[in-house]
Amino acid sequence: MSMRLKPQPGEVIDRGRRFRFTWNGEAYPAYEGDTIVSALAACGERVFSRSFKYHRPRGLLTASFLDPGCMVQVGDEPNVRGAHRRVEPGMVVSPQNVWPSLRFDIKSANGAFGRFLSAGFYYKTFIKPRRLWPAYRSVLRRFSAGGVVSPDSSHGYFDKRYAHPDVVVAGGGPAGMAAAIAAAEAGAQVLLVEEEYELGGHLRWGNEAELAALRELRGEVGSTAGIEVMTNSVVNGRYDGNWVAVLQRNLPHVVERLVKARAKTLVVAPGLIERPYVFEGNDAPGVVLSGAVRRLVNLYAVKPGERAVVLSANESGDAAAEDLERAGVEVARVVDARRGGDVVRANGGGKGVRSVECADGTKIDCDLLVTAVGWTAPTSLLNMAGDRPVYDGRAARFFPSRLTEDVLVTGGLAGDGTLEELLAHARATGRDAAGRATRTGRALRAGIPQHADGQPELAQSPPVEYPKLPVYDHPALFRGKTHGIVDYSEDVTSKDLVAAEKEGYDAIELAKRYTTVTMGSAQGKLETVNAVAIMAEATGSTIEETGTTVWRPPYAPITLGALAGRIFEPVRYSPMQPWHERHGAKPLVAGAWIRPDHYGDPASEVRNVRENVGLIDVTPLGKFDLRGPDVPRLLNHLYVNEWSNLDVGAVRYGVMCLEDGVIFDDGVTGRLGSDRYILTATSSGAASVWEWIDNWLQTAKPGWRIHITPVTTAYASINVAGPKSRDLLLRLAEGVDLSPDAFPYMRVRTGRIASVDGCFMWRIGFTGELSYEIHVPAAYGLHVWEALMERGADLGVKPFGVEAQRILRLEKGHFIVGQDTDGLTGPYGVGLGRMVKLDKDDFAGKPELAWQGERGDYLRLVGLQPHDGSLVPPEASQIIEDKNGVVGRITSSRMSPTLGRSICLGFVAPHLATPGTTLLVQLPDGERIPIRVTQHHAHFDPEGTRQRG
Amino acid sequence: MILLPCPYCGLRNASEFRYVGELSERPDPNATGIEDWRAFLYMRDNPAGWTTETWFHRAGCRRHFVVERHTVTNEVRDSRLPAAQLRDREDERATGGNVADDRGGATY
Ligand SMILES: [Zn+2]
Repeated sequence: MSMRLKPQPGEVIDRGRRFRFTWNGEAYPAYEGDTIVSALAACGERVFSRSFKYHRPRGLLTASFLDPGCMVQVGDEPNVRGAHRRVEPGMVVSPQNVWPSLRFDIKSANGAFGRFLSAGFYYKTFIKPRRLWPAYRSVLRRFSAGGVVSPDSSHGYFDKRYAHPDVVVAGGGPAGMAAAIAAAEAGAQVLLVEEEYELGGHLRWGNEAELAALRELRGEVGSTAGIEVMTNSVVNGRYDGNWVAVLQRNLPHVVERLVKARAKTLVVAPGLIERPYVFEGNDAPGVVLSGAVRRLVNLYAVKPGERAVVLSANESGDAAAEDLERAGVEVARVVDARRGGDVVRANGGGKGVRSVECADGTKIDCDLLVTAVGWTAPTSLLNMAGDRPVYDGRAARFFPSRLTEDVLVTGGLAGDGTLEELLAHARATGRDAAGRATRTGRALRAGIPQHADGQPELAQSPPVEYPKLPVYDHPALFRGKTHGIVDYSEDVTSKDLVAAEKEGYDAIELAKRYTTVTMGSAQGKLETVNAVAIMAEATGSTIEETGTTVWRPPYAPITLGALAGRIFEPVRYSPMQPWHERHGAKPLVAGAWIRPDHYGDPASEVRNVRENVGLIDVTPLGKFDLRGPDVPRLLNHLYVNEWSNLDVGAVRYGVMCLEDGVIFDDGVTGRLGSDRYILTATSSGAASVWEWIDNWLQTAKPGWRIHITPVTTAYASINVAGPKSRDLLLRLAEGVDLSPDAFPYMRVRTGRIASVDGCFMWRIGFTGELSYEIHVPAAYGLHVWEALMERGADLGVKPFGVEAQRILRLEKGHFIVGQDTDGLTGPYGVGLGRMVKLDKDDFAGKPELAWQGERGDYLRLVGLQPHDGSLVPPEASQIIEDKNGVVGRITSSRMSPTLGRSICLGFVAPHLATPGTTLLVQLPDGERIPIRVTQHHAHFDPEGTRQRG
Repeated sequence: MILLPCPYCGLRNASEFRYVGELSERPDPNATGIEDWRAFLYMRDNPAGWTTETWFHRAGCRRHFVVERHTVTNEVRDSRLPAAQLRDREDERATGGNVADDRGGATY
């Protein structure tokens, strides 16, 4: 049955472009410009969803973005606003929250058993016994509203933009357009944001004069320089410093874009939102607001029904009645609420309204009941700017109370009046906004250190004269003589609110959380004032006394994709990355770095390091070039151990603690010259270490003569490890005597490697083998790596990755900060207490370390080996003692290719740390296996003869 | 998002900075007791009002500075270099040292 009308003067559909789409498995026609729901309504469809709790059939209510009954699934996308989203050719649309079908829904039995879903239902029902929570969850999931997200959905393209407009105008109705024009004419750069697809607000569904005014305003917006228009976009939040979040949805090929606009002035002009009326049957399909009628008829040329009753308390209701007449709908009766008329009940089943009972006792058959009972002022952005709007009982809506200097209000939020009066107010607001933006801009520029001489004078522009807007009287209509739905998206009734008040939730913020009223998809824009009025009625107080809930961002729903935006995360590669890729390296994400985890078989990589020689790319190692006479003072201050006696050519291992005595980072530092040092930090700790050093030098020790330069990426770093590493380096190093006597363990040398000047290398022992960590200017990293691979072929040189290095160091019992330490671990706990030099005058964490050493109650890091060497307990497995419960945990565990058995490091309570003690480790399946504390942290070569060779 | 006045770079988005913390005096590590030291580590006044804080312009000039901020309104005022640097500059002036950059006391 077609409900499409003949062409209307303001219609937004293009009758030349007709296409089909799918709803609920069947094909439907639509015109370009139709919303999903207007196209369906044009075909006579009236039910678009089932409600959240009671599974009642729902149809159109507002015919706008907020329409709670028009949430649909479009392809993979759930919760699409069907009364807002434009339909597209071939679109596959399906209803949500229905089972098994939209027409016959089993769960609508909930309606009959509504008692079980009353106020506070979740809190009362699903509490005890706790062991049934998983069962509750599976039941609730079935009943939860919303569409379906497919894990295979394509990600889509999301974008982010920063903007610095002088003026942001939130709302592109007549007031917003006029304000934008006036601000731009005064020289401001303006961003005009409109939630709907077109500028114009209520003028769009207006009469001929209003349509003419709309054309004129649109023409002016288009011809005025300095206005950027964003339609189908919404100002989603206002934060400190007028940081305005705009969600932009109108870009081709972009799902959503988040615009972060630093507005100098924000003009709030969202207009007013029509408020539903609470009475029995108010959610039946066919009970609609006057605005929905006006949109359907005038924008989409859709006849909303056949026979209507109109409850009108204002011009919008009267205009809707006229629209209906013009559309050929029989208006059975206009009930005038201004003269005491009222509607008591709408009767009808699943297909919609069949009759309406009026307060005077008459019952009228109809399929459409239109209500126009008042307006809600959407003061969200004002709330976010710190305002607490106040209620005006004469106008039956809220008004702003105190605005900050950078936020202005115009349009319906500011008052009533003729179109001329409202436009005059908006133009004054626009001029004022531009003037304030100029002043703010000057103040900002004056605050920035500038080299130019002289600052412009801060001119005081005269205050803008505002025409005063009238405020019209409006009957206060919230709930009629019967109870009905208050929150359509959450299925909260006025009875629920009354019950909540009786149970003691007598403050609106409590009742909101108890009943979930205003917490659904419209987020209070339709429901808040009704909820407040009903609470006021229940508590015997006024709306002013009851107050409102606070509106917080976001104003409209926003996808996680928009918040995440484009992926701007930087990725770092070493200069040797092309070689790694050619040789099948499996990538490992390590902070910002992508590193080779292994090249196929980590165990064989380990064996090759123990038997021959291996190369690992350790470029991400944090490296800092320190120069100046006070470097030893700094090192003494950062590390717990002693540094004043480090000779030129020496390398030392150090541990850094924060002021709380907890290990922060570790690494080696070498002295390359009389006042040149290279300090290394862990790859993941490098940035924090740099900040930590800057903090000391800038806030406490500004007099120390030190230059610090980060050189992490200036050098490519390669660890050459294994018994044949010296043989390999002998073939490539020049200007360095590599003999064990001339270049012993823990020494640093500078020289040429593979004809590359400016290299330095040190002998350290993370893997436990004879090894040289060589650092070459980054541009030559790949060349040196390839030279080492080529010249070492006959020595059996092979690359090894991070995983093999982790096994090698675990075999040697070296801990890793963050892996084998946590937020409580000090040097004593990891067995480095002897390093702490408390006789140094001062260093970071000194007092804590003194107390730590005296206490002795810290957990001990120990080497551990399961009795059954074939079992590898997962890292973080707990160590259990029958009488004391959890007494420790495994921090690192691997199968050792060298020893052919599992090996671990772990923390245990002090009384269990004695070598030889047998403990129990609990595996994830609950089994407990015996594990033995070993003599040393090192499982292999504890004497260190290999690395010192 | 609030704007913070870096003494070197001017007003910049707070996301460029790391909050170091309320200004607190480090006790003499050789004379302090557990109470005082732990108070230095963990106890903050956190007033609903004006407070003096250190911030670090991490994504900018990498300088630490001190600023007064109203924790209720997020107004900021009196951005300056850390006290130790100001003292150091005084010393340099007193000894005729070369003071190349003297924007340390910029007030907003
Ligand atoms: Zn800066």
